[in-house]
Amino acid sequence: MKYVAPSSVEEATSLLSSSPSAQVFAGATDVVPQIRAGRPAPEVLVDLKKIEELVSVANDEDKWTVGAATPTANLTDDPAFSEEFPGLTEAAGLIGSDQIQNRSSLGGNLCNGSPAADSVPAMVVNGARAVVAGPNGTRVLDVAEVVTGPGQTSLDADEFIVEFEIDRIPARTGDAYLRMIPRTEMDIAVVGAGARITLAEDGSIEHAALALAAVAPTVVRVPEAEAALVGNTADDETLSAVADAASEACDPIDDKRGTVAYRRQVAGVLAKRAVLIAIERAQQRNGTN
Amino acid sequence: MARTHITTVVNGDETEFLTEDSTSLLNALRDEVGLTGAKEGCGTGDCGACSVMVDDKVTCACLVFAPEVDGSTILTVEGLADSGELHPLQQCFLEGAALQCGICTPGFLISAKALLDKNPDPTETEIRYALAGNLCRCTGYDKIIRAVQEAAREMRDQ
Ligand SMILES: Cc1cc2nc3c(=O)[nH]c(=O)nc-3n(C[C@H](O)[C@H](O)[C@H](O)COP(=O)(O)OP(=O)(O)OC[C@H]3O[C@@H](n4cnc5c(N)ncnc54)[C@H](O)[C@@H]3O)c2cc1C
Ligand code: FES
Ligand code: FES
Repeated sequence: MKYVAPSSVEEATSLLSSSPSAQVFAGATDVVPQIRAGRPAPEVLVDLKKIEELVSVANDEDKWTVGAATPTANLTDDPAFSEEFPGLTEAAGLIGSDQIQNRSSLGGNLCNGSPAADSVPAMVVNGARAVVAGPNGTRVLDVAEVVTGPGQTSLDADEFIVEFEIDRIPARTGDAYLRMIPRTEMDIAVVGAGARITLAEDGSIEHAALALAAVAPTVVRVPEAEAALVGNTADDETLSAVADAASEACDPIDDKRGTVAYRRQVAGVLAKRAVLIAIERAQQRNGTN
Repeated sequence: MARTHITTVVNGDETEFLTEDSTSLLNALRDEVGLTGAKEGCGTGDCGACSVMVDDKVTCACLVFAPEVDGSTILTVEGLADSGELHPLQQCFLEGAALQCGICTPGFLISAKALLDKNPDPTETEIRYALAGNLCRCTGYDKIIRAVQEAAREMRDQ
């Protein structure tokens, strides 16, 4: 195995085009355990962390730009980012220990393709986009379009994610992420639920987004729950429709962490709670940004 | 296979070593640099016995490829003591019996130092979260938590 650390996006794409079995990495917190577990190591390992765009976090009037290889600790330690996206920050902050967080990236969390990846539902509800570089330049994909199945993405072998774009949060909008694990720290989600709510001037729900992790082969949106929320307030009837829709959206596995029935039930409960937190945050964010 | 030449600063000293690209930072430190403080418990990021600081950030050395640290500054448990005098964390671990077999201790010391660098007066909950990436099979953790609290107190009083 050969290690290479390109210093520009162009250098990285030409490396990937010229060596078909090359693999990119950021924190290696998924890559190394997979190699240790017997997955064949790639011939060439391309370290993305020496490319400036890949490890920077910036914002302008319209959007935040988060380098795909940025350690998640840089996001959780960024007061402006975490104030604007507390849900996405919490999700990123749940990945492993401090040791892991100083390495783990959003690009790796997404492209590893785990159905239980914590940051993914939170990125999806915030409408995050992935800027993908390849031999013919860049293209932009919704984060929800990247993962196609466990361990599988829609990217070509010579493509990688440069950065994520997330539009600045509108007024009266809040996000939230909750996950259920058997321990308090350091475990894989049994269920994860990300929500984002925008309130209308009159306090009713104008926009709603709900996404679940660990209950299906990929992270799933729950359009029925979103439809139940829009135009309403979080009364009991609406919330139980949200919970039912979330349980219904599950196509989970049965394993030692949770049975199918348990995951379905927990998905409903977490969905409701995440929506309530997002609403509370939306109420607090009354002005613009 | 060609070996890569790496230049780093380890525990304050400029250190050069040769490594294969697939070698972990943990194995390079142990086998090439001769620093065996950091231990391999799992090799997969779960136990924290291999914790070291790379450019002031605590990381699992088992998850880092050795060539990544070219030009970086590394702190291992061997660098905690200052000219023969134990670091307050080390002294408090000893006095508080915060270790039994000791395999986990180098990792706990580094993680605790990373915490106290950022937060000199952590609550018990903050300590427990900051040390969640370090596993100990012997102590039951309480003595470790108390040793960190005591060291934090001493360091604040200094
Ligand atoms: C002890 C431990 C605890 C963990 N806990 C959690 C947890 O609680 N929740 C959770 O979700 N995950 C957890 N993980 C998994 C892992 O830490 C995360 O998925 C992390 O975000 C991966 O990021 P990385 O940068 O380390 O990925 P890497 O290992 O570097 O890469 C992962 C995959 O993504 C690909 N890739 C990386 N970057 C890009 C890019 N920019 N473009 C295209 N492909 C790319 C790589 O080729 C590889 O296939 C844990 C891992 C460990 C070891
Ligand atoms: S040996 Fe690195 S975390 Fe266990
Ligand atoms: S003292 Fe033995 S593992 Fe911690």
